[in-house]
Amino acid sequence: MAAATDRALLAPTDRRRASVRWSTRILHGLLLTVLAVAGLGPMLWLAKAAVTPTQDTLRQPMALWPNGIDLANLAEAWTRVEIDKYFFNTVALAAGSWAVQLLVAATGGYALAVLRPRLGRYLSGAVLATLFVPSVVLLVPLYLTILDPPVLGTSMLNTFWAVWLPAGANAFNVLLMQRFFANLPREIFEAARVDGAGPYRLFWSVVLPMSRPVIGVVSVFAVIASWKDFLWPMLVLPDPALQPLSVRLPALQQFVELDVFLAALAISSLIPIALFLVFQRLFLSSAGLGGAVKG
Amino acid sequence: MTTTDTRPAGVTGDLAGPQHAARPGRPGARLARARAGLHTLVFLAPMLLVFGVFSWVPIGRAVVMSFQRTNLVADPVFVGFANFQQVAADPLLWTAVQNTGYFALLALLFGYPVPLVAAILMSEVRRLRGLFSALAYLPVVVPPVVAVLLWKLFYDAGEDGVFNTVLGWFGLGPVAWLQDADAVMPALVLEATWAAAGGTVVIYLAALIGVDPSLYEAAEIDGAGVWRKLWHITLPQLRGVLLITFILQIIGTAQVFLEPFLFTDGGPANRTLTLLLLIYRYAFTNSLGGDYGAAAALSLMLALVLAAFSMLYFRLTRSWSS
Repeated sequence: MAAATDRALLAPTDRRRASVRWSTRILHGLLLTVLAVAGLGPMLWLAKAAVTPTQDTLRQPMALWPNGIDLANLAEAWTRVEIDKYFFNTVALAAGSWAVQLLVAATGGYALAVLRPRLGRYLSGAVLATLFVPSVVLLVPLYLTILDPPVLGTSMLNTFWAVWLPAGANAFNVLLMQRFFANLPREIFEAARVDGAGPYRLFWSVVLPMSRPVIGVVSVFAVIASWKDFLWPMLVLPDPALQPLSVRLPALQQFVELDVFLAALAISSLIPIALFLVFQRLFLSSAGLGGAVKG
Repeated sequence: MTTTDTRPAGVTGDLAGPQHAARPGRPGARLARARAGLHTLVFLAPMLLVFGVFSWVPIGRAVVMSFQRTNLVADPVFVGFANFQQVAADPLLWTAVQNTGYFALLALLFGYPVPLVAAILMSEVRRLRGLFSALAYLPVVVPPVVAVLLWKLFYDAGEDGVFNTVLGWFGLGPVAWLQDADAVMPALVLEATWAAAGGTVVIYLAALIGVDPSLYEAAEIDGAGVWRKLWHITLPQLRGVLLITFILQIIGTAQVFLEPFLFTDGGPANRTLTLLLLIYRYAFTNSLGGDYGAAAALSLMLALVLAAFSMLYFRLTRSWSS
């Protein structure tokens, strides 16, 4: 966006008028307050409640400053309630889903965009078509596939593969990669081929290094989506020892003290929020892409 | 959404192998082409396997299953439309349809205008726009389960509940948010809107920043004020995005599951029993192995209604979407 055209609804002449300037200032101040209260407020409340004794949170939930600070909540949630175990399950599920999604999307996108098989157009169409099928349709048949997968002969229930492999069937990733690869300058592929690079070399040493931006987008969304997932891991991982945080937290609420439970909630939010703060630009510029295709 | 052909003139055929070297017709050429096809297949294999087993086949199976009686013990038997008849005869179906429709309607009332107004205001922000959008987007990255469990505490019915404390400052309440049959659905929608609005704000903001400034300048020369510019330029320029977010929101809210499942599990008195919750109950809450046929039938019905609605929607809005 060039600086000279950096304007929207209000004209530069409007902005010089005192009445306009003040009303926009007041509106923006109000908006910032609302956003801070609504966006940040609940998370700040959670951060405070995570280190506050239960009785304080129950009696005066909106007190700005707790009577006592109970950092032991966090330690207790991590060790005694075994949040550590569920945390590492969540990490393992996210890492595997990420790896499968990246493998499928990068190789598939490369084949469709660069190698261009004869029926490639129909394959792209078949991938695109899955975007238009609501996820609820897949729920039951996919569950039965996990119970009785083809060839394997043994149920994938209570294995991480039951989460990892279906995560790979993400049409959005494949199409994003395919689009990106198709827009890479084709002369470079030609040059690499003349220099004797085969399809594998071309993929690994030319296409992938040029595709860091799109790999970044797919990676961040893969990790966040896996961290958010609830219904599917709940169905295919009935064994509590294998469950991620999202599945375990509702059950924990029944038998854990409130302050420790809140500490567990805070720990569960830490990684996604940290990822967001680090990759803010990536989130805010590509949220349109990711958000538009969900569901 | 087909990719355009970006090959420069003179470069034809695929790059999978060294078949360009061999002239067609020679025995080597066929071999090279076969090898190139093999390489391509190696790269396609992960996608074909994963999509085949976990997407294409299950989609087909969903259709077949809705005409079968399936349980985990006996072989599936074709039963014609019996599953559909069974679902249609379930008195809870109408309840679930009404609740889902009510959720979708409230979500539109709460969630459709708010992000638009916020994004229009934010597009006028000169400094710190990043801070505005980061604050708006933060709830989107909070894991949904954490958000729901946290809001469940906020919605505590006692006088010392978080929201009731705030209402108490103004002499209002207390409200039994999740137990009151009339308050429960708006309460669920409020949380769902909080969790999702930031994503929509960011989409609108990107579209607003992309509006050509010369359109506004031309309108100003004609003497248009802020409101007329908003009505005649900003909103028409956002038309395409607004149409898409509307239908995506309908499709999303028609499949709402997490909020009714975790907040209330369909209660009180089935007031928040949604279609997805009903499908889930058909399939997974029966200890005898689940009524998969009924669940598949209802899923298929929902998908077909959504597809029909989307097609109708795009046909009706086509004249003003381009």
